[in-house]
Amino acid sequence: MKIAVCVSHVPDTATKVNVGSDGKSIDPNGVTYVLNPYDEFAIEEALKTKEAVEGEVVILSVGGENNKETIRKSLAMGADAAVLLKSEGELDSFQVARALADEIKNQNAQLVFFGKQSVDYDNQIVGQLTAGILDYNCISVAVDFKLDGDKIIAEREIEGGREVVETTLPAVVTAQKGLNQPRYASLKGIMAAKRKTIEEKDAQIGESMVSIIGMQKPAPKQPGKIVGEDASAAPELARLLREEAKII
Amino acid sequence: MSKKILVFIEQRNSEIKKASFEAVKVATDLAAKQNSEVLAIALGNEINGLEDVGGFGINTVKHYKSVDLELYSSGAYAELIAECALSNDAGTVVFANTSLGKDLAPKIAVKLNAGIVMDSVAIKYENDEIIFSRPVYAGKALVDCKINSENKVFTIRPNVFPLGENNGGKANVDVTELSDVKLSSKVTEVKKSEGKLDVAEADIIVSGGRGLKGPENFHLIEKLADSLNAAVGASRAVVDAGWRPHSEQVGQTGKTVSPTLYVACAISGAIQHLAGMRSSKYIVAINKDKDAPIFQVADYGIVGDVFEVLPALTEEINKLKN
Ligand SMILES: Cc1cc2nc3c(=O)[nH]c(=O)nc-3n(C[C@H](O)[C@H](O)[C@H](O)COP(=O)(O)OP(=O)(O)OC[C@H]3O[C@@H](n4cnc5c(N)ncnc54)[C@H](O)[C@@H]3O)c2cc1C
Ligand SMILES: Nc1ncnc2c1ncn2[C@@H]1O[C@H](COP(=O)(O)O)[C@@H](O)[C@H]1O
Repeated sequence: MKIAVCVSHVPDTATKVNVGSDGKSIDPNGVTYVLNPYDEFAIEEALKTKEAVEGEVVILSVGGENNKETIRKSLAMGADAAVLLKSEGELDSFQVARALADEIKNQNAQLVFFGKQSVDYDNQIVGQLTAGILDYNCISVAVDFKLDGDKIIAEREIEGGREVVETTLPAVVTAQKGLNQPRYASLKGIMAAKRKTIEEKDAQIGESMVSIIGMQKPAPKQPGKIVGEDASAAPELARLLREEAKII
Repeated sequence: MSKKILVFIEQRNSEIKKASFEAVKVATDLAAKQNSEVLAIALGNEINGLEDVGGFGINTVKHYKSVDLELYSSGAYAELIAECALSNDAGTVVFANTSLGKDLAPKIAVKLNAGIVMDSVAIKYENDEIIFSRPVYAGKALVDCKINSENKVFTIRPNVFPLGENNGGKANVDVTELSDVKLSSKVTEVKKSEGKLDVAEADIIVSGGRGLKGPENFHLIEKLADSLNAAVGASRAVVDAGWRPHSEQVGQTGKTVSPTLYVACAISGAIQHLAGMRSSKYIVAINKDKDAPIFQVADYGIVGDVFEVLPALTEEINKLKN
């Protein structure tokens, strides 16, 4: 079975965000880009599934030349093949999903893993949109996944607990932290990844559905006050919470 | 007159989520500006108090009723909502950005060929256009965006949009009984986590960090949380150490929360932690290091040892409450 994993190339979570000169995206100066943290869980689950059922894991990524770094890292973890769907400039989630759906169809992948969220725009939708376009079943925010034939039993995180969901292939699963423990790339894996070719194609993105018109930093918070030191400050804090903040 | 606005009312265990009322309010405010009408849709079996959405300006709620819809089923829910939007000439669909809303909204966007904006924290209506503001990079920046397509789907962040006055009105509940709903995916069980309240939904959160030194000391956090009727949260250091479950983690790779009050106890305030909680209305920090970055976002701080401050604060709050 062909298993696809969709990965995005994003600024490291420790990045200090500054608005770029276009006024609507971040200033890329000094920013380190990494494989999106949630996508590591997606790759791990695909590799585990492949080990259990025999199959091939193909990495898909939409973006520019720089995404190759993230694709190499994914290959080094143990994926078999990769396709870069080339597109420069900002895309909306729908465009990314269309490009991915097009290639998933082309690859005839019956099981597709995503991260639950890219830590850049924090949309949490590309997986579900892709599932919608392909008319695949979809389980988002998975923290547990089991495949038995073409039947899936998974658990997804919800407020105050988990839902146990049953569905069938073809399906999209988006990975949440806790799903597994991603493996480190071995030296052998890193060497092998260097030799693998990354196939390149133009992304089929279609029309733009959402435009970003501006970006700002949030208004800085007024520095608060130190109410006091040690336990003796507790009564004053309680009073402020009641009288100023009106919370208790 | 513009096409109608459809707002989704979410129920869990037959109770309507507070965030759905917030979505209703956003939808009716938008409709007033656009000179359009709002229709609400709810899916489930018995749902308590559906007519109460009338208090926020809704005339009609469509209730698709079946035992099969009691638990969330993405395929069937998406099918029914999209069909309801199309047959009622609704071009905009509004959800609260809950775990269910996040899963469902993009599926509706595909069915309606609508552009989609998630997790809005502010909405403006200017020159006949809706401008959405939403946090990106875990709240380190905000973007303004607009949807180019005629049909539109958006979600609003819970706990951010004010509910306003309930005028006491009652909506007309239009029930459609469905038998034999086709479920392509099915929730077979809901496992409740141990904590009483989930951080994603709580109005007050008390979080503990590595400075608590071990899981055995979290009773101090739990007692303060009890006195405030709050949920317990945790930093990643604590979750990675296995002291608390991941469901309690607040931050960039945990949950993003915006409660009325967030109390950070022995948490340093790393950028990834701040990302998840900086939009809280009031932030209290208790830390023995007066230079800890958490104090930069705190409204009120106590420089001190949590082992002494927490019991004292719990006692003071219990005193005030009685
Ligand atoms: C990709 C990535 C994602 C991440 N995501 C998250 C996330 O989602 N959420 C998150 O929280 N972190 C996240 N982090 C981790 C983050 O960078 C910090 O390491 C983490 O938040 C630190 O947790 P802490 O504040 O509990 O511990 P520490 O940084 O160790 O701070 C402990 C604090 O306790 C204080 N203290 C110690 N003893 C006492 C005492 N007796 N009384 C009072 N104060 C005391 C100390 O002064 C210190 O400030 C992420 C990191 C990365 C790289
Ligand atoms: N440009 C991209 N190329 C491939 N996959 C992507 C891309 N952007 C997002 N994804 C996938 O979609 C998931 C959710 O992203 P988002 O909806 O942007 O938060 C990510 O974790 C990735 O698995």
